[in-house]
Amino acid sequence: MRMTFRAVALAALVPITAGAVAVQAETVTDFTLDNGLQVVVIEDHRAPVAVQMLWYRTGAADEAPGQSGIAHFFEHLMFKATDDLAAGEFSQIVAAQGGEDNAFTSWDYTAYFQRVAADRLDLMMQIEADRMRDLILTDDVVATERNVILEERNQRTDSDPGSLFSEQLRAAQYLNHPYAIPIIGWRHEIEGLDRAEAEAFYRTYYAPNNAVLVVAGDVTPDAVRDMAEKHYGPIAPTPGLAPRQRPQEPPQLAERRLTMQDARVTEPFLLRSYLAPQRRSGDQKEAAALVYLAELLGGSGTTSLLARKLQFEDPKVVHAYAYYSGDALDSGVFGLGLMPLPGVTADAAEAAMDAVIADFLATGPEERAFARIKTQLRASEVYALDNAEGLARRYGEALTTGLTVQDVQDWPQVLQEVTPEDVMAVARKVLDRRQSVTGWLLPEEEVQ
Amino acid sequence: MIRRLVTLCLLPLLLANPLRAEIAIQEVTSPAGIKAWLVEEHAIPFTALEIRFGGGSALDDPAKRGAVHLMTALLEEGAAEMNAQKFAESRDALAADFRFDSGMDTVSVSARMLTENRSKAVELLRLALVHPRFDQDAVDRVRGQVLAGIRAGRKDPGTLASETFNRLAFGAHPYGQAAEGTEDSVAGLTRDDMLAAHKGALSRDRLYISAVGDITGEELGALLDHLLGELPATGAPLPGMAAVGLTGGVTVEPFPTPQAVVMFGHEGIPRDDPDYVPAYVLNEIVGGSRFGSRLMTELREKRGLTYGVGSYLVDYEQADLVMGQMATANGTAKQAVDLLQSEWARAAEGVTQAELDAVKTYLTGAYALRFDSNRAIAGVLVGMQMAGYGTDYPAKRNALIEAVTLDDIARVARRLYRPDALRFVVVGEPEGLVSTP
Repeated sequence: MRMTFRAVALAALVPITAGAVAVQAETVTDFTLDNGLQVVVIEDHRAPVAVQMLWYRTGAADEAPGQSGIAHFFEHLMFKATDDLAAGEFSQIVAAQGGEDNAFTSWDYTAYFQRVAADRLDLMMQIEADRMRDLILTDDVVATERNVILEERNQRTDSDPGSLFSEQLRAAQYLNHPYAIPIIGWRHEIEGLDRAEAEAFYRTYYAPNNAVLVVAGDVTPDAVRDMAEKHYGPIAPTPGLAPRQRPQEPPQLAERRLTMQDARVTEPFLLRSYLAPQRRSGDQKEAAALVYLAELLGGSGTTSLLARKLQFEDPKVVHAYAYYSGDALDSGVFGLGLMPLPGVTADAAEAAMDAVIADFLATGPEERAFARIKTQLRASEVYALDNAEGLARRYGEALTTGLTVQDVQDWPQVLQEVTPEDVMAVARKVLDRRQSVTGWLLPEEEVQ
Repeated sequence: MIRRLVTLCLLPLLLANPLRAEIAIQEVTSPAGIKAWLVEEHAIPFTALEIRFGGGSALDDPAKRGAVHLMTALLEEGAAEMNAQKFAESRDALAADFRFDSGMDTVSVSARMLTENRSKAVELLRLALVHPRFDQDAVDRVRGQVLAGIRAGRKDPGTLASETFNRLAFGAHPYGQAAEGTEDSVAGLTRDDMLAAHKGALSRDRLYISAVGDITGEELGALLDHLLGELPATGAPLPGMAAVGLTGGVTVEPFPTPQAVVMFGHEGIPRDDPDYVPAYVLNEIVGGSRFGSRLMTELREKRGLTYGVGSYLVDYEQADLVMGQMATANGTAKQAVDLLQSEWARAAEGVTQAELDAVKTYLTGAYALRFDSNRAIAGVLVGMQMAGYGTDYPAKRNALIEAVTLDDIARVARRLYRPDALRFVVVGEPEGLVSTP
């Protein structure tokens, strides 16, 4: 199957009113190899640069119980020796080609990328394909890298009370779904990860039928197809790879609350998360409305409702914000955060925030605010074209979280079609404290 | 989120690359004499504009430390007839993107504007730069945000390490104190201080500009005259050179944390030194923040002591450092510091031909990567101007790297890497390390 989408000039479809911005679109081709590897090509011929991203449909939420952190651990191990390359040689080859490489892990995916001059792409595919199946691990390698990961956890989580608090909040939000576990893993489980577990994980999940190849930049679909057939084509798929069925979250019936204290905290901080729908293939309308809801409530630090009411009209907070994370296979999250002004109690700040939300649910969005957000979302598509790597991430993330190329193509238009009524419907559904977790991170002395 | 390699780098923009030697940089001089570099790129209907005002937080009166930082944060908080709300609404309705930032040596303005409403966006930006209001309620509100950040920094090992390191390095010079200021200095800042900081820091005599995107030279010239023509011709005087006061040894700052943060460094090499390019190449071999550098290999890959370690040449306008940073468990802090010390000594002895060849391939090949978007190119071009380079620099930069010989490296290595002068600042509860004078 092969489809080519060419710059959709939505400007022709959408009436241009004052302040409206034409939507352009990227040039995208996608196809699938016989062994199941899905390939997406995004053309941007402005500079002779290409990025290869290989996304695996496996992440922290796919880990076996007791092995938290193994997906991320494996991301590190992928830079070790294969049958053809010595440990570290992968990055040396990329560097010798003047390229940059790295990788990242989330709950739903693990991805590897290289940015290189476009004429080096073939070599990048050769070495990326090599490590899909041919990694060779030793106990020494596993032990040393486990220490690196423990230092990473030290640096990014244990040294930062805000990170520890977010970890606790997320664990409290999910009773049953593995989205509860931290991507980096719980320390005691990282300490126990061993070679046998790592190898079993690798054999199952690192396979062409569990991966998406995204190539963006100064490339043509035909050339990418030829290279992909040559390097990835011969790799055998994992037979009988089970569909991703994680334990799902039951309806949340009771509000959950946490308080955490830490001597390293100077300013009290509130975080609240609500379970929310994620972007669903063919049905992204609720997610699109949630994007507006987050912007309206707490997107701008100046004009959003929380900023206006709590920072300007009746100052109660240093800052406040809202966010929506909907790029996930099984569940999204809608979140709120605030830092009270010195002298304002936690209770008073939280009550003020809840009053703003109650008021919003009663009255709905201002027309002008809604229109501004719509214009900004449309303009963001113009700015997005300036960043081929960003577009590659957009496709990779979508295709590893249950969406299709068509869903990605549709998303800007779905966003443009959101109405204030859509926003209010989803707001009433999501902003229910019975399906939320509220946490306060406090300095030690302020705990009552 | 990126999980594997933390980027510690302050890699100088000036050595950013252009494989794109065909990149067509035009030098634009506006009718009123404002100079800028322009790359026309009409494929996408927007323009990226980068403006740098030299001076930045270094212009602060020491008693009013943090004034330039707070002033810059207030530029988007109301202008001319618009209060903060109205200004933000107008900007967002145009889908324009303005970012104002301050650093040790600069106030920077980064803007992205759609072609279809560019003149309205420019007018809005002009009002922010030329006629900011500094309303008292905005000053107080943003001051509160800055103070919360300063208080949080007192409990953050990374911030503590950096503040201690800069104090030891620069003493009473403005570089010796955080650009954000202290709780006391920020609490004392007034609206008049904001007006004075604005007048001193946003002037036309230390101005660097680049534009990349859907705009012609003629359009850019007219835009710049309108945007900046009313700013004062000259700004506040610069503070003068900073003497680097670092001496060899260890400074331990006790702080309860599971992992010690380590900053290290000593005096560096100025950008206009004839040996700057060999020094840059050498540092990339020793402490480049990527796999394969000596420090990453010895500390992370072989021993698992850290998640990330790197070193870099820091070239402030008034001082130069070679320095680096890492974090490691308290129990391994001494081992890590000892290893760094010995790697510093090894660096002073130079490198092998194989190391030099490999890093040249990397640096020259990576040339193109930073030239892949309008915004990125605009950032690189403004950095090149601040470094004093000409528009021909992209075309000759790789040749400068290729020309570096082992002899060049050996010469600069002896001069630059001085293990006896290396000061380590360690924040945490490191086992086996004590402060030395």
